[in-house]
Amino acid sequence: MHELPFVESILKITLEHAEKANAQRVIALDLVVGQMASIVDDSVQFYWDILSKDTLAEGAELRFKRIPAVYRCWDCGHEYQLDGEHLECPQCGSLRVQLIRGDEFRLESIDIE
Amino acid sequence: MTTTVPVVENILGANERLAQTNRARLDETRTFTVNFMASPGAGKTSLILRTVAALKDRYRLAGVDGDVATTIDADRMAAAGIPAVQINTGGSCHLDAVMLQGALPQIALEDTDVLVIENVGNLICPANFPLGAHLNILIASVPEGADKPYKYPNMYRGVQAVILNKTDLLPYFDFDMDYFRRGVEALNPGLAFFPLSAKTGEGFDAWLSWLTSQADAYLTP
Ligand SMILES: Nc1nc2c(ncn2[C@@H]2O[C@H](COP(=O)(O)OP(=O)(O)OP(=O)(O)O)[C@@H](O)[C@H]2O)c(=O)[nH]1
Ligand SMILES: [Mg+2]
Ligand SMILES: [Zn+2]
Repeated sequence: MHELPFVESILKITLEHAEKANAQRVIALDLVVGQMASIVDDSVQFYWDILSKDTLAEGAELRFKRIPAVYRCWDCGHEYQLDGEHLECPQCGSLRVQLIRGDEFRLESIDIE
Repeated sequence: MTTTVPVVENILGANERLAQTNRARLDETRTFTVNFMASPGAGKTSLILRTVAALKDRYRLAGVDGDVATTIDADRMAAAGIPAVQINTGGSCHLDAVMLQGALPQIALEDTDVLVIENVGNLICPANFPLGAHLNILIASVPEGADKPYKYPNMYRGVQAVILNKTDLLPYFDFDMDYFRRGVEALNPGLAFFPLSAKTGEGFDAWLSWLTSQADAYLTP
């Protein structure tokens, strides 16, 4: 359910850029999705197939680039990927940590012809 | 021939831009706006009503209630004596900046010091759709369990305070307070935290004094 407004937004951005570039057709989209962005690829695909129908972007392939969540420890500077529920810094045990990568959700580029 | 067109646009950029427009609108009339988010039944309406009752002699208040279909919660706000506007989201599981923008003209903002917004009960989407509020507050509740920061990290990262409601039920649930606090602390270090009961009023003083200090700092700079 909750991917629907995201897909509406993806389609809107895609069509704006495709029209500006005088595209006949959109072939593919490159999406960057962070692990923490709460986005399910299959749901995006599902809504995409429905919403893109009868537009320049109908049938365009969705390519997902997943970015793993990376935290940085404020105390010792260590950077690490999230391991299950263990948010603590694996090096010094600190909980003063910050997400530095992994909440992205953007449209990187589109392939058109 | 295929060409690649660089886009590099945030998918939710449109909502974010509109949220900034809403914020500018609210700042014009100096209306301090607080967005309450929580899972269904966590106690958003109960907490808002108790907060409103305590503050309505101090500030001119108004409310916005986002609900999928009914006007029950907006009616409860109105019954508590504050002007309330209902946004029916028509099935959507969160409020977004467009919906709030549509509701703002129905509120006498010039005559409102503090605007409270009850978002749709949901722990996923509201985090992705800022409205333009000055404060975003997450209400967790004891029966939901202590693992929610771990399961819904986005909700905990974008807020300025976490309330743990229904503390009157702590004796009946094995709620691991330490585990909960550590999860919150990791996601949002130093975050203001208020364990309280909207039913008994336990813990309410600390919450009210924090909220009024935030509102006063904004209203009387
Ligand atoms: N024991 C106890 N019950 C509470 C407390 N706060 C709220 N409740 C009860 O929890 C239920 C849901 O409360 P609401 O205030 O309607 O919750 P809500 O988050 O607004 O719910 P929705 O708008 O439907 O998502 C009601 O039966 C309340 O009486 C509390 O502090 N303690
Ligand atoms: Mg409610
Ligand atoms: Zn460390």
